[in-house]
Amino acid sequence: MKTDIILSGVGGQGILSIATIIGDAALNEGLHLKQAEVHGMSQRGGDVQSNLRISSEPIHSDLIPLGKADVIISLEPMEALRYMPYLAPDGWVITSSKPFINIPNYPEQELLDRELAKVKNIVLFDTAQIAADNGIARSENMVLLGGAVDAIGLPLDKILDSVRRIFASKGDVVVEQNLKAVMLGYEKKSC
Amino acid sequence: MSLDTKKMMLLGDQAVALGAINAGLSGVYAYPGTPSTEITEFIQAYPLAKERGIHSKWCTNEKTAMEAALGMSYAGKRAMVCMKHVGLNVAADAFVNSAVTGVNGGVVVLVADDPSMHSSQNEQDSRFYGKFALVPIFEPSSQQEAYDMMSYAFDYSEKMSTPVLMRVVTRMAHSRAVVEVGAVAEQNSLSMPKNPIDWVLLPVNARRRYAQVVAQQEEYNVASDESKFNRLIINKKGAKGIVACGIAYNYVMENIAEAEEMNILKVSQYPIPSALLKELADNSSEILIAEDGQPFVEEQVRGVLPNEQLIIKGRLTGELPRTGELTPDNVRVAMGLVPHDTFNKSEAVVARPPALCQGCGHRDVYTILKSVIAEYPQGKVFSDIGCYTLGALPPFRAIDSCVDMGASITMAKGAADAGLFPAVAVIGDSTFTHSGMTGLLDAVNANASITVIISDNLTTAMTGGQDSAGTNRLQAICQGIGVAPEHVRCVVPIPKNHDEIANIIREEIEYRGVSVIIPCRECIQTLNRRLKKQKAEKK
Repeated sequence: MKTDIILSGVGGQGILSIATIIGDAALNEGLHLKQAEVHGMSQRGGDVQSNLRISSEPIHSDLIPLGKADVIISLEPMEALRYMPYLAPDGWVITSSKPFINIPNYPEQELLDRELAKVKNIVLFDTAQIAADNGIARSENMVLLGGAVDAIGLPLDKILDSVRRIFASKGDVVVEQNLKAVMLGYEKKSC
Repeated sequence: MSLDTKKMMLLGDQAVALGAINAGLSGVYAYPGTPSTEITEFIQAYPLAKERGIHSKWCTNEKTAMEAALGMSYAGKRAMVCMKHVGLNVAADAFVNSAVTGVNGGVVVLVADDPSMHSSQNEQDSRFYGKFALVPIFEPSSQQEAYDMMSYAFDYSEKMSTPVLMRVVTRMAHSRAVVEVGAVAEQNSLSMPKNPIDWVLLPVNARRRYAQVVAQQEEYNVASDESKFNRLIINKKGAKGIVACGIAYNYVMENIAEAEEMNILKVSQYPIPSALLKELADNSSEILIAEDGQPFVEEQVRGVLPNEQLIIKGRLTGELPRTGELTPDNVRVAMGLVPHDTFNKSEAVVARPPALCQGCGHRDVYTILKSVIAEYPQGKVFSDIGCYTLGALPPFRAIDSCVDMGASITMAKGAADAGLFPAVAVIGDSTFTHSGMTGLLDAVNANASITVIISDNLTTAMTGGQDSAGTNRLQAICQGIGVAPEHVRCVVPIPKNHDEIANIIREEIEYRGVSVIIPCRECIQTLNRRLKKQKAEKK
């Protein structure tokens, strides 16, 4: 198998913890993995992305070529669109629908909706709202991850195992919240 | 897997760090700089490093780091110096001369270049420095190779009695991969140099040593041709050839399955492996040179006079872009493949530049400074390298320059010398101790009419919150340098103090001499982390 994933969002939103879970699950499946991150200046409220490549074959490039990403997972809708030139023709976009507006010229909702509607394979849902409605506002990124499980191509139970492992040090309550978040995202996507 | 190997998921920077620890490192000397910072941070947190007492405290700047590493080498132990590419400009005096002294304990100078300037002010290629200083250069293509190279590099440094340069780039430094980690070597014990006179670079000694260094180049050439990190694959006589340096090799391999048959020379150790290169040329119809950064190899291979027998393509001929980092896509096109089909850019996407954090003290400083400077239409604000450089962007647009570490104070002084008034400098606390203090002494000695604002957040913030060398001592340092005590003004940049601070800035601008204002408030990021940690400990 091979899945090339672009994770995107705004600095501080928490895309790297999504990458950590997927990476852990992939390693436990014995897959190869490369994950290019952005550190430094742009982390201060700018656009951030991570290239995560998992494959049963050795991976050469740390960067995903244009037109080759199997899935874009984004915590912010405009940031999902930013990487459209990287999406494969039959690739999926899994994104939060809620804009993060910290710039004066953020696009009008109408334009944003129109552009998102053009994406052939898209899961667009309000991860923040789902997390808040269920009393787990801080696990929004895990709701998004849940929505992306099928597109990533790793089994749900393996992702859940990784959530348990990665959050174990933060205690049972945090583990349960994040497991619930992944399930909420997973079910939302499926219905 | 044998008993003493295990697999770990590591950033390129972390692979370098662990490779060095396992090669018997005794000290890492560094000043933070993207994309090199995580090397030292890894060593600071690694249990074996603590157990072994490996020195890992941050240095004031890259020059002090390079010199301290050389001192550790003199005493027989293995030392590593880490910096971003522009840091090597600061360390250059020590670096170039360390090639002339030679080393006792192995020295690896790790420089992280930033092609495409993700977090930098230029994209200089450190390989030129290695050639300039006449030292061997290593350029790993992968995280695994970075790990594997460290022990080889330290051994080679000691064998040849020379510091070695290891160059990585952002995409390797900040990318994770699984690395197979091997055995841990013992650290060197204390030992004195065999030829202590080599370390006294009086002309009489330096001339002798320099001749030795030059004579040693031929051995480096042979080592490059024989290096396990360089590899020539001739697939077909007369096919196109490609030289793939460092991570360029990955981009070539990403596309190779679709390309016509090519001969490939992978280069990860320099000087350029000339015998391998000649063999590649003899077997290839033309050569594409793929290297991240500047056309270092391409210029050497091409030379100046035309050579009609050999077609060389690369960044200088336009097959690859002259500036910016390599990608699997631009290398693909240079290899003669058609680009992949892509969706168009969405018209809804606009730029989202980085910004100062909400609640950051630099915001208060710029809000106040902007209002005061507005009263002086001729006033200019010379600034520096750090988070506060973001004050150049809207909504502040509060600074007029950003050049290199420490340049705010000295440029303000030069402008004041020319008659510009008021000349204001804005510099951070860590940048001030890195390279601002000497400039402040110049200003004091000339009684320059400048107002220096040291926006103190008690940390090296832009790189993630490392210790800052002068924390809680800035006032004393400025007074010690000779700024009159009544013109060193400490303030707290919070909204209720805005009017008071504005008045202080006005007063000090009107004072025709050197004044320093120190607005001091902890970085909001380090504060939040500290509070979170405290809360967790209470639980």
